Amino acid sequence: MTRARTRAWIVGIIAILVSIVVFLVPFAFVLLQAAKTPSEASTLAFSWPTTFQFLQNFWDTLNSNDGVLWRAIINSAVLTIFSVAIMVLLSAMAGYVLARKRSKWGPVVNFFVLAGLIVPPAVVPTIWVLQGLKLFGTMPGMILIEATFGLSFCILLFRAFVGNIPRELDEAAVLDGAGPIRLFWRVVLPLLRPVVVTVIVVQSVFVFNDFAGPLYFLPGDQNVTVQLALYTFSGQNLSFYNLLFMAIFLITIPPLIAYIFFNRQIVAGMTSGAVKG
Amino acid sequence: MSTANPATAIQAADILSEAHPPEKKKRRSIKSFYPTWFFIPAVALYVIFFAIPTFSSFYFSLTRWTLFDSQFIGFDNFVQFFRDPQLYTSFIHTLIYAVLTSGAKVIIGFFLALLLTGPIIGRAYLRAVVFFPVLISTIGVGIMWKSLLDPFHGMVNAVLGFFGLPQPGWFTDPNLALYSIAGVDIWKGVGIATLIFMAGIVAIPNEYFEAARIDGASGWKILRQITIPLSKGATATVIILSLIGGLRSFDIIWATTGGGPGFTSDVIASVIYKQYQAGFYGLSTAGNVVLFLLVTVIMVPLSYFLNRKPVEL
Repeated sequence: MTRARTRAWIVGIIAILVSIVVFLVPFAFVLLQAAKTPSEASTLAFSWPTTFQFLQNFWDTLNSNDGVLWRAIINSAVLTIFSVAIMVLLSAMAGYVLARKRSKWGPVVNFFVLAGLIVPPAVVPTIWVLQGLKLFGTMPGMILIEATFGLSFCILLFRAFVGNIPRELDEAAVLDGAGPIRLFWRVVLPLLRPVVVTVIVVQSVFVFNDFAGPLYFLPGDQNVTVQLALYTFSGQNLSFYNLLFMAIFLITIPPLIAYIFFNRQIVAGMTSGAVKG
Repeated sequence: MSTANPATAIQAADILSEAHPPEKKKRRSIKSFYPTWFFIPAVALYVIFFAIPTFSSFYFSLTRWTLFDSQFIGFDNFVQFFRDPQLYTSFIHTLIYAVLTSGAKVIIGFFLALLLTGPIIGRAYLRAVVFFPVLISTIGVGIMWKSLLDPFHGMVNAVLGFFGLPQPGWFTDPNLALYSIAGVDIWKGVGIATLIFMAGIVAIPNEYFEAARIDGASGWKILRQITIPLSKGATATVIILSLIGGLRSFDIIWATTGGGPGFTSDVIASVIYKQYQAGFYGLSTAGNVVLFLLVTVIMVPLSYFLNRKPVEL
């Protein structure tokens, strides 16, 4: 027994040391860079800042380039909230009916749901469709695009979960006089709460981190999202590495918060969605 | 799953109700409480913003296209794609990149999962730190590694130089850039592979391990005969997911090298963007169709093969 315990300690300590070098040092580098003066940060050295100006860099970054980052944060928040809300509602409705109704269309629907997970979106034709609808380069268009790209993943999760809810509940609700919409809103949706939380957290992180989507479908300075702002920033401010790394730190905060509070939901979403894919 | 499953009970009830006409009537009424129109909003979004663009891409890839009008030119775009070295190398790079990142994620992810499900100290911390890069912005990760791997000032080369080792130009050496990006991709993405393998390993019933240990099987033999074959489902999932991700990958390449130096780290997804930027919409869409066909040709037989092969104990 004691031999197994010493082994657990030795292997554990080696693993922790390796993890510090491989994972923590890069993160520490970002934080240290974010606290330095511009000239010190430009050397890219892994060193302790001589003058520690973390807070000042924080405000400077947010207010640089006429506060483009503020606008980006607001845009990203709007995009994330609305697209995730739409995708959760629509895929909960679709997943619910898919799980309850067994029809001959089942395999066809399955095929299209899986295609939605695998097939890379055709970008220029999507722009063409958006332009036809006068939605290209607008926030509503981008919201609908993000909602569409997340549908397949969410429908799979909802369908799997609804399958575990006993049908007797539906029947009881119907016997008590509930209509179809009441049945869904009042009986089924509350029972889906765990998946709803999982889907919201996982998809929020996805949409928030999406770069290619807004790059193609949401051009224009007014519409900039945080990922695009960071990318543009990295091209412009080569003399202000401290602010660049502060920007990296800033846009890491939302996923970090999500991870701290919803660790379990994220893990559940990533693995269960993955197993189906 | 078990016999107490409510779904099977319902099925049994359904079968019974077929025999009793009055019951059947009640069942039909419950069915109408699952309105078909619940599909319509999701289907509408899917058709308008995903299906129509995907299907029309096959036509537009055969045209010279300005978004406002298109002129049919047959397979010229595809001919150009596979004749122009700047373009067809992206096809090869995509394959190399996808196979390399996927393979590494399978191997590293499996051994990390083995480590993190085993009896070691600091497990919760290790799990958290391995998984965290999955959640953070790819652009942020790209910029961070671009600084760490800077050929002149970067920390990695400073350490290598300290030990007297060669200091390669990770993102600036044409022969190395693609592999450096693959390395960063593995660093960022191995956490999800680890997570899936961990779920797979934990699901293996403990009796197998105990029985093997009682029979005196070595750790290596347990790994070869029990853990690896019984993690087949997880392995299939990791291969499929990471291959799809690798074939489609764009963000990490755009954030580190932008396809350079020259075109040495261009993949199909970055060519699609470059041709779009240059205004060659038909050619860009042809790239999209090539990527679509590549993903389909690889994924369909692979997922069929991986899902069909039975587990042999």
